[in-house]
Amino acid sequence: MAIKNQIKIVLQSLSENVAIARVTAAAFAAQIDFTLNEIEEIRVAVSEAVSNVVIHGYAEQQGQIELIMNLYEDKLEYIIVDTGKGIADVLLARQPSYSSDPERMGLGFIFMESFMDELDVTSEVNKGTTVRMAKKIVSSAAH
Amino acid sequence: MNITTLLKRGVLIVRVEGELDMHVADKFRQIVDNALETSGVKHILFNLEAVKFIDSSGLGVILGRYKKINAAGGKVLIAHIQPQVIQIFELSGLLKIIKFYNSEAEALECL
Repeated sequence: MAIKNQIKIVLQSLSENVAIARVTAAAFAAQIDFTLNEIEEIRVAVSEAVSNVVIHGYAEQQGQIELIMNLYEDKLEYIIVDTGKGIADVLLARQPSYSSDPERMGLGFIFMESFMDELDVTSEVNKGTTVRMAKKIVSSAAH
Repeated sequence: MNITTLLKRGVLIVRVEGELDMHVADKFRQIVDNALETSGVKHILFNLEAVKFIDSSGLGVILGRYKKINAAGGKVLIAHIQPQVIQIFELSGLLKIIKFYNSEAEALECL
């Protein structure tokens, strides 16, 4: 399916950029007739994905995060790409309460999965991780 | 993020303003833990009226304080939560273990 609109941004892996990423994601979503709750879900999902990169992917070291936003006829897609340390076992990392740190909830992937309609995580150790998630656009005629 | 802490009837009240994400999580944790330590009180009440955003990093700090306070026999209460923030609490399961109130006064009455 053809891409109707696209924005790509590259962020330095810094915790202060997580807010910029989610604000940008919400601004991109604003072109669709989403509800405020749906926009909030996108903000949280993108925030979780980018936080994961800063905390785990680059382990708070320097690195670049690519955020690609695609608008299709029937869905809005967000792709978050890093070239950090990767995830050894993606299936395990996606389990609830999986976290390497007791102060963290291990809910990042759960939020992404619950708030978006599609979530694919591909990762290779020492190469990086790509998180692709999408939210369906329900046409206003169907409302 | 802006945090105000005060003591009322032996409860540490923490008023939070802004967005609770990973960027501010460490600072949020430190401020709350310091206030708990210096005040020596058992209970804590988070006023989240001015919190416009929370994700798992912010929730993690609240859950961490809950575990600590609960183990010491204290209670954690939350007052004034924004509707868009509630669903995040709901999904995390925190709504099942922490009580929510409409106002600080209502929460304090229930202790």
